Amino acid sequence: MSQDPKNKPVDSTTPSQPPPSPPAKAAAPPAKKETEVPAFEKGLVSQIISRFGDDKIKVAYIRPLRMKVNVEPLDMVEVATFIRDNLGFDHAESVTGTDYPKDNQIEVIYQLGSYSKDDIAAHILSLTTRTSRDDALLPTLINVYRSAEYHERETFEMLGVYFEGHPRNERFLLPEDWADLPPLRKEFRIRGR
Amino acid sequence: MEKNLEHQIDESEKLGMQIVKESEDDRLMTLSVGPQHPGSGHFRFTIKVDGDYVVHCDPDPGYVHRGEEKMCEYRSFIQNIPHLERPVIHDSANITYSYSLAVEELVGIQVPRRGQFIRAIASELDRQIYTLYWLAIYGIFLGHSTMFMWPTGDRELFIDLMDALSGARVTHAFNIPGGVRNDIPDGFKDKCLRHISYFEKRLKEYEDIFYTNPLFIQRTEGVGILTKEDAIGLGVTGSVLRASGVPYDIRKAEPYDVYNEIDFKVQYMKSGDSLARAYVPLLDMKESCHIMRQLLDKMPESGEVRAKLQPTPKGPPGEAYRRVESGRGALGYYIVSDGSPKPYRVKISVGSFRNMIALPHLLVGSKLADMPSVYWSLNYWPVEADR
Amino acid sequence: MIKDLLNPTNFNLMVSKISDILVRALDEPLGYAINWGRIWSLWPVHLETACCSVEFGAASGPRYDVERFGIIEAFGSLRQCDLIVVQGTVNRKMAPRLRMVYDQMPEPKYVIAMGACAITGGLYVDSYNVLPGVDGIIPVDVYVPGCPPRPETLIQGTILLQEKIKRSKIK
Repeated sequence: MSQDPKNKPVDSTTPSQPPPSPPAKAAAPPAKKETEVPAFEKGLVSQIISRFGDDKIKVAYIRPLRMKVNVEPLDMVEVATFIRDNLGFDHAESVTGTDYPKDNQIEVIYQLGSYSKDDIAAHILSLTTRTSRDDALLPTLINVYRSAEYHERETFEMLGVYFEGHPRNERFLLPEDWADLPPLRKEFRIRGR
Repeated sequence: MEKNLEHQIDESEKLGMQIVKESEDDRLMTLSVGPQHPGSGHFRFTIKVDGDYVVHCDPDPGYVHRGEEKMCEYRSFIQNIPHLERPVIHDSANITYSYSLAVEELVGIQVPRRGQFIRAIASELDRQIYTLYWLAIYGIFLGHSTMFMWPTGDRELFIDLMDALSGARVTHAFNIPGGVRNDIPDGFKDKCLRHISYFEKRLKEYEDIFYTNPLFIQRTEGVGILTKEDAIGLGVTGSVLRASGVPYDIRKAEPYDVYNEIDFKVQYMKSGDSLARAYVPLLDMKESCHIMRQLLDKMPESGEVRAKLQPTPKGPPGEAYRRVESGRGALGYYIVSDGSPKPYRVKISVGSFRNMIALPHLLVGSKLADMPSVYWSLNYWPVEADR
Repeated sequence: MIKDLLNPTNFNLMVSKISDILVRALDEPLGYAINWGRIWSLWPVHLETACCSVEFGAASGPRYDVERFGIIEAFGSLRQCDLIVVQGTVNRKMAPRLRMVYDQMPEPKYVIAMGACAITGGLYVDSYNVLPGVDGIIPVDVYVPGCPPRPETLIQGTILLQEKIKRSKIK
């Protein structure tokens, strides 16, 4: 928050392409108090919203260089393909899962970055989706982003999220005889703590 | 002859014997390049070879998986630093740098300027230490023992500097959220400049002796070529990416701390083979010496090095994702906080894990003898990939 | 007289008395010689368990030259090594492999537990995947503390091991 404005001066994002005028409806993120929503990032997100509609895409936050967008599991592949082909985010940096037992959901985040386009080289678009804890099932994105293969496999073994279409939903880092809960779930307590 | 053979087969089948035909899989031999192996480090991968060519490769990490991410949730933000630096103990300033940046964003801390410069100096020193160790182990893999001895001796210079700075040879626990632990000692700047000038001459010698060695070139040129489209699609990072023609360096693309005031060029090569992947770290080291000189020059004479903090700082609920360019590539931290002094979720995105996907891609179709050269040139540190 | 000496019982007694004297005379120097040979050529297995391997690599470098003590990382098979340096954390996936490697080594074999994680689990004692110390699976001769131990500490550990070997008797 206090660090990011310092990065702004060298940002190569002083737009070489003028951002499209955002649609008048609710592209505005929830209750930002002091800082204004940066225009370039808002333009990127509004391209997604104008393609898919406001009901399918929920914006979590738009900050300088970081954007987070939430979609339903069924729309993941479509939105990811659009982002890759039209916006230019060409690889998935990492795939993470976070366990929220209070909402009874697991949130899986794909951090997408770009190597080929210069004006979004510093940006990370987080594409997230939520699925229920008891029956965690998601479509795989390895046909869109090849780099997500091992990351999805690790998310499977650490959190128990099954990726449909992934060739190997198997153990990766844990020992072969692991017979316990997936370790990153909140009910798995480290002994003694 | 043919009819005779068929007749024999018929006869034997009548007697109840079955002729077992040689199936495809019988020709393949499965090798397990395991954790106890001079050519693999703390990592295992199984390969199937057909004669001399590799047909299938399957990495099997996890031999050093210590559950870093889970352990982070049980300790406060500052208590996390010692165990978070163990994944790469010789490059520990970078892995804690990224963590500190993310925590500062979450909690809302402003780091004093002198502290930022010292952090950047420690980061560059550790980058040299890591790259020299990588070069030394590359020498072991290729059977070139001088290439092990010289870098191991030269990195002792930089380890001495980090020892004087932080008190420990490898795991410094130097970068903390808020700045650095202590100020630089007297005489550090002169010693550092002396070591850098000595090292720049040595780098020329390395290039002349190691990189123009005809055996080295024969073993690495044209081996394991990673094209630019594949490098981007597979999402590799660091020197592997820059050796395939993509000039992407986080210090240039998304400058953090004081890197926007430093003038340097991103080193990259276009060929994408093992030789390029071995060359790019050398060029990076030369550039790093250049950066260190500028940092020592521009550092403010005096000032605070650490922001004043409570023992257990906490901030509003939120999340942060910050990245740093380490010796292996982009090291990112994704931290989620729920308002308590301990993080809710910490995800470490390391360069080694992202580069692992290039290993099956490159090994399939290449010769077995090229395996050490391809594997280690991917700049893969097993302890970090397992976290 | 000679006939007396050479009858079976007396001959047996004479031979056993002479061999007794021989063994007692040669036991000390022979044992010393064999131990001397063992001490100055301890060859470690190329098995790196975790992060302390970096300090072991630095110890093999020119400054802390551990080769002068005879410790050369033999690049051949582990059937010709006699020392395992457990470098760092042993986790649940690595433990069976460590035991297999230890079993395949020929006698006499020695174990150095290097680093706090190999001694008691160290910093990672409360992780879900880490063994609290390696002496539950293999018998350890020398413990070298530190996190990671400086190369000089590792050299002190090997000197302790050498003194332990010197004191052992050869059967």
